[in-house]
Amino acid sequence: MIIELGHFALVLAFVLALAQASLPLIGAARGNLALMALARPAAFGQLFFLIGAFAALMHAFVTSDFSVLVVVSNSHAAKPMLYKIAGLWGNHEGSLLLWVLILALFGAAVAGVGHNLPAPLRARVLSVQAMIACGFLSFMLATSNPFARLIPPPLDGQGLNPLLQDPGLAFHPPFLYLGYVGFSMAFSFAVAALIEGRVDPAWARWVRPWTLAAWCFLTIGIAMGSWWAYYELGWGGWWFWDPVENASLMPWLAGTALLHSSIVVEKRDALKSWTVLLAILTFSLSLLGTFIVRSGVLSSVHAFATDPARGIFILVFLVLVIGGSLTLYAVRAPSLKGGGIFAPISREAALVLNNWLLATACATVLLGTLYPLLMDALSGGTAKVTVGAPYYNATFAPLMIPLLLTMALGPLMGWKRGDLAGVLSRLRFALGVSIIGMLAVWYFHSGGPVLAVFGIGLGLWLIFGALTDLAERIRLFRVPFAASLARAAGLPRASWGAMLAHGGVGIAVLGITASTAWTAEKIILMQPGDEAEVSGYVYHFVHAEQGPGQNYTALRGTFEVSHNGAPLVTLQPEARSYPVPPMDTTEAAIYPMLSGDLFAAIGNPQGDKGWSARLYFRPLQSWIWAGAILMALGGVISLSDRRHRVGAPRSAAIHHALEAPTAAPAE
Amino acid sequence: MHWRRFIPLITVALLAVLLFAGLALDPKIVPSALIDKPVPPFDLPPLPGKEPGLIAANLARGGISLVNVWASWCGPCRIEHPQLMEIAKIGKLHMIGLNYKDDPANALAFLKQLGDPYETVGADRKGRIAIEWGVYGVPETFLIDGRGHIVMKHVGPLRPEDIPEKILPAIKAATP
Repeated sequence: MIIELGHFALVLAFVLALAQASLPLIGAARGNLALMALARPAAFGQLFFLIGAFAALMHAFVTSDFSVLVVVSNSHAAKPMLYKIAGLWGNHEGSLLLWVLILALFGAAVAGVGHNLPAPLRARVLSVQAMIACGFLSFMLATSNPFARLIPPPLDGQGLNPLLQDPGLAFHPPFLYLGYVGFSMAFSFAVAALIEGRVDPAWARWVRPWTLAAWCFLTIGIAMGSWWAYYELGWGGWWFWDPVENASLMPWLAGTALLHSSIVVEKRDALKSWTVLLAILTFSLSLLGTFIVRSGVLSSVHAFATDPARGIFILVFLVLVIGGSLTLYAVRAPSLKGGGIFAPISREAALVLNNWLLATACATVLLGTLYPLLMDALSGGTAKVTVGAPYYNATFAPLMIPLLLTMALGPLMGWKRGDLAGVLSRLRFALGVSIIGMLAVWYFHSGGPVLAVFGIGLGLWLIFGALTDLAERIRLFRVPFAASLARAAGLPRASWGAMLAHGGVGIAVLGITASTAWTAEKIILMQPGDEAEVSGYVYHFVHAEQGPGQNYTALRGTFEVSHNGAPLVTLQPEARSYPVPPMDTTEAAIYPMLSGDLFAAIGNPQGDKGWSARLYFRPLQSWIWAGAILMALGGVISLSDRRHRVGAPRSAAIHHALEAPTAAPAE
Repeated sequence: MHWRRFIPLITVALLAVLLFAGLALDPKIVPSALIDKPVPPFDLPPLPGKEPGLIAANLARGGISLVNVWASWCGPCRIEHPQLMEIAKIGKLHMIGLNYKDDPANALAFLKQLGDPYETVGADRKGRIAIEWGVYGVPETFLIDGRGHIVMKHVGPLRPEDIPEKILPAIKAATP
């Protein structure tokens, strides 16, 4: 019964979405306030019914209702509760339900907090949002019903892929979807603005917080995914340029560009047409990612539910959404006249460069992802190629270098007309630190790859560039220290956010460089009592024993690691065997330290020769994720900036009077 | 200037056609574009002790060769290894290893532990040559006839049943 109610709620949400997609749009065109006002209750209603549908499916998963098909194929009575819940979105149908729920959440958020939006703009934004919902809801109802029953019900389910039974992955899809779907807001605002033919700084101020929030979620989601790959797959790798990874990286790159170009629209009233295009493309890439994962056009380790009928449906939807919005763009773009003029050396120009490099990098990844498909299609299925890391190292990395080099310059540059010599002179300290860092690395790792030494320099350059930015803004050492502190407290949160995020990129670059270039590994057979040394860390293999786990059996190895004779940590990697579905997984044991990760994985015994062990020392490995967390944190702090809470500029004066007196924004 | 605003739309239209065509294709079938073509003309330095490495010209000097792409860090390669030892026992083939993105010390340790089926091993430390060979991932196995043409490609680990079902017939077909 609950299941049928859930199904019915899904149908009602679809009907509401149809109404919301059409009526407010007509109202906005005719100036009919009553029709426009429909959008708000419809958005709330949609959220209400989708929460109901989601709760119904959740109930089925939690109580292991094996009369529901998706529960049977993705759950098992003996599974820990966390993975019963996560099982909901660990499959095609359930993850779609999560997708539309998040979409409705964002729609309701606009309906709820968008008081200061002009009525026609709000009506149009909500209508566009509902059009996307219509597409997904009809897709679910027509081809991927999560509420399909299985009669007669089997005694038990088939279980969730053991690789996915992991806390990191339990929350990876929700974050990823919050990111993907969050970009739909930027898209809806862009399309609404194209319909109105007007983009102004106020528009950018409305779009920016949504983009920023989506970007933060996506950053966390991607970081979680790579962290999972790092410790669950047991290869010690953390990024594989897999089509599905690329599918999440592309919207991230485009979204990062959008984040920066919308600043220019907001502050300088320039780059309007480009920003609108970016908003459309960012969400289009999110949709493309959804298509790639679910249609089976590209083979990937993430192979989800692949079904050609679904593929056709998503493709048609994709063409309607992207084709429709880009047609609108082609017609309306000329009416979006830019306002601000700027010199070739200025903050605007730096942001344009940032956009060009990010967009090119994104196009590079897109080409690499689709090239195998292109060759396959052009040759009629005879020429199959794959594109792997060497391609991306040869194309993506060279684009990142100028991006990172100029990243430290941008925030120090003035609007309209910058002073490059002045900026460089202010960065001389950062430059000095980077050069000293490179020389030190060169000295200690003589023979290390030149590019890696350069990478360390780049990372330091970014970190100290961000610190220089901070020191400049609070006039450190130039005014009394207390005055600097007061200035720091008065800095706009957006500036703090930008500094943190840029510094975070620097930290991630250091981590990526060091762990890629100087990882030490040993793959050996070990008997109990054996010792092996990796980068000065001595792994003492104590024993390995078989034992039961919650819903698996595990071979657990025990390694005592010591450094300079002093015991450091005991690592217990596992090789797990899950009975349902039958599968073996590796659970690497990782001890993260500031200087790097100790990593141990154990394999099955090789006759009487002992156990195969994989031991690594991966320098600065956890800096990659620390950097990603800092980036997301920077986004969150920037999101809490006063001007986003204020919203429309006209009410700024009132809020300003209400809040505690702070310094005027320095930007 | 006027037509520039249509660029995104046209690009997307082309992409849509491509994706539509892609739906009809099965990415899981992995034929090699190199079947019946000469092996790519690239030489690889040997693993220490496994001279002379992978010399493309040597593959065309008569006799059938089997080129196996492997790495010590690759789990499926361990699973496949007994099958390679088995094939090496047949003795009709030149067994050649293409060691992919591996540390030579680890690679030699791997062979020491699990047995060494290879006459010679070329070390492709950067994975460049593997691209020329159209390698999807490790392990992969190629069969090369006496003229130096690739006659068969196997993707993924060789299972015991692949020897009678795939390898032996291919050897027979390639034997003049």
